[in-house]
Amino acid sequence: MTPAPLVQVDGLVKRFPGERGLFGLGRARRTVRAVDGVSFAIAAGQTLGLVGESGCGKSTVGRTILRLIEPDAGRVTLGGADVVALGGRELRALRRRMQIVFQDPYGSLNPRMTVQQTLAEPLAIHRLATGLEAKRRVAALLDEVGLDPAFAAAYPHELSGGQRQRVGIARALSVEPQFLVLDEPVSALDVSVQAQVLNLLADLQRKRRLTYLFIAHDLAVVKHIADDVAVMYLGKIVERAPATGLYAGPRHPYTTSLLSAVPVPDPKAQRQRIVLQGEVPSPASPPAGCPFHPRCPHPRKNERCRTEPPALREVATGQFAACHFAEQPM
Amino acid sequence: MTVWTWLALASAVAVALVAAAEVRRRAATRAAGRRFLRHPTATAGVFILAFFVTTALAAPLVAPYDPAGQLDPVHLQNQPPSTRFPLGTDVYSRDVWSRLVYGARLSLGIGTIAMLVAVTVGAGVGAAAGYFRRGIDAVLMRSVDVGLAMPRMFVLLMAVALWERLPLAVLVLLIGLTGWFGTSRLVRADVLSLREREFVAAARAVGAGPTRVIFRHVLPNAAAPIIVSAAFGIGNVILLEAGLSYLGLGVPSPLPSWGSIIYDGQPYIATAPWTSGFPGLAIALVVLALNAVGDGLRDALDPRKEAT
Repeated sequence: MTPAPLVQVDGLVKRFPGERGLFGLGRARRTVRAVDGVSFAIAAGQTLGLVGESGCGKSTVGRTILRLIEPDAGRVTLGGADVVALGGRELRALRRRMQIVFQDPYGSLNPRMTVQQTLAEPLAIHRLATGLEAKRRVAALLDEVGLDPAFAAAYPHELSGGQRQRVGIARALSVEPQFLVLDEPVSALDVSVQAQVLNLLADLQRKRRLTYLFIAHDLAVVKHIADDVAVMYLGKIVERAPATGLYAGPRHPYTTSLLSAVPVPDPKAQRQRIVLQGEVPSPASPPAGCPFHPRCPHPRKNERCRTEPPALREVATGQFAACHFAEQPM
Repeated sequence: MTVWTWLALASAVAVALVAAAEVRRRAATRAAGRRFLRHPTATAGVFILAFFVTTALAAPLVAPYDPAGQLDPVHLQNQPPSTRFPLGTDVYSRDVWSRLVYGARLSLGIGTIAMLVAVTVGAGVGAAAGYFRRGIDAVLMRSVDVGLAMPRMFVLLMAVALWERLPLAVLVLLIGLTGWFGTSRLVRADVLSLREREFVAAARAVGAGPTRVIFRHVLPNAAAPIIVSAAFGIGNVILLEAGLSYLGLGVPSPLPSWGSIIYDGQPYIATAPWTSGFPGLAIALVVLALNAVGDGLRDALDPRKEAT
C-alpha cells in the first residue's frame, strides 16, 4: 500500500569534534554527537514532521541530508541516488532535486542581492534560464509564492519577514526540486503570517507533488501538515509514527509531555500539563542508559532506564518508540 | 604664474567644492550616509582629497612651469614665495608649486596602486583563510603573523639595497605586497562569521561552488572592512613612499614626488624652508583627510549600526 520512499535515511551520525589548539596540538575536547543514528523514510509526496527541542540535532539532520554538513556515518538516498557518496558534478546535479527553506528570513537572503538576483542565481548555476527567460521564470516563481512580480527589484531589507520567507521558498522552488527540507520555516514569523506560509507550503506540495521534511520545535505546527511525525531527543529519534496515531496515543513519555504543551483553543478544556524537570543534558556527555531518564516523568522509571538504552521498536502498527515501557504509556 | 594657471587653480577648488557638496547631498539620503556626515571632519576630508586629485589630474593646466625645468640656476635658486613663484623655487631654480602639483600625481598614484595591490591580496587571503579554515587558515594566518612582525620599512630598504636602480613599478608592487597583512585579518574575521550565515548555506544548497560563494555572497558583505582599510591604506603608503624618498631611496631624483621634494629641500631648510615645508604640508593634509574619510566610512559602514 505505501509507495516506495523517495527519501531514505539510515543510521545517520554527525559528530562535532571539540576544537583543538594550534596545529591540532593539545587535548581534543569532548565530541558532541549531534545526530546519533537517525533513520527514517519519507514516501514521495508525503511530509515527515521532525520535532524536538532546540539543540536536539533536528536541524543538523536536515542539513546533513542535503550535504550542507558532511555526515560521519550513515546512508542517505534520494530516489535511489546515494547522496553521501556523490561528489562534484553529480552532487551539484543532485542538488537540483533537493532544496531547503531556512528558519530565519532575515539571515537566509543575501542583503546585497535583489530578489531577482537571488532567484536567478540557481537558474544560472544549473543553466536553466538566462536573460529574459530568467526574468520571466522569476516573475512566475514570485507569483507562485503569492508575491507581486514587482518585488523582483527589491532588496531583502525592503521586505517584511513573511515576504522574505516567501522569497526563500521561491528560491528553493526555482530549481524544481522533488524534496524540500523545511527547517522551522514559520518559527520566526508572526502567528497570522505563520498560517499563510503553512497554507502556501501545503498548496505547493499538492501542486508540485513535493516531498517535505518539516522540522519544527513544537508539535502544534506539524499537526496540520505532517503525514508522519518523528520526535527527536538528544540526537536520537525517540518516537516515530503516523501523525494520527502519534497525536491520539503517544507511546514515549517525551512525546506525551510535548503534546501536553500544545495549546488547546478551548478555555474550559481540562487537561494535565506535564512540565519536564531540569535541562536537556549536554550532548557532549549524554546520560547512560535511556538518554531521557534524568527528566522522565514516567511513574515506572527504574534501574533499567539508567543502564540499558532502549531500542526504537515497533509498539503498534507503524508506531515506533524507544522506551522500555512503551506498552504502558503514561 | 599666468592668468590661465590661476584660473585652473580656481577651477580645481571649485570642482573640489562641488564634489564635496555632491557627496553631502547624496549621503544625506541614506542612513549610512548620514552616519558618514555625522563625522565632523569627513566632509572636509572629501574636499581636500577632491582638490588634490583634481590638481593631480589637471597638472599640466595648474602647473605654470615644467616641474623638472631649471629656470635660471644662477639667479633664481631658493627664491621665496612671490607672485611669480607662489611657493618659491628650490636650489635648482625649479618652481616648487609645479613640482608639488606633479608630485601629487606620483604620490597619490603610488598610494592608490599600492593600496589596490594590498587590498586585493589581503581580501583574497583573508577570504580563503576564513572560508576554508583548517590547514589553509593556519598556514595563511601564521604567514600573516610573520609578515606583521617584520618592520615594513626595513623590508623595503632591503629590497632597495639588493636591487640596483629599483624600477618604480617594482617599488610600488613591493609597497603593496608588504601592506596587506592587516586587511587580511579584518577580512578573515568577517568571513568567519559570514560563512555561517544562512544565505551562504542557501547558496551552497542550490549548487554554488566555493568561488561563487566567496565572490558573490561572502566578499560583497565584507565590503566595509575592505573599503575602510583601503582608505587608511593609501595614507600609509603615501607616508611610506615619502619616507623612502626622503631617505633618497624612493622615487629617483628628477621625478617629483612629495617625499623627494622634501629630500631636495632638506639641506636648505634654514634658508629656504618653503621647498620642504609645502610638500610636507601637502602630505599632512592628504593623510589627515584620508584618515578623516576612513573614520567616517568606518562609522558609516559598521554593520553593527546597520539595521538588518
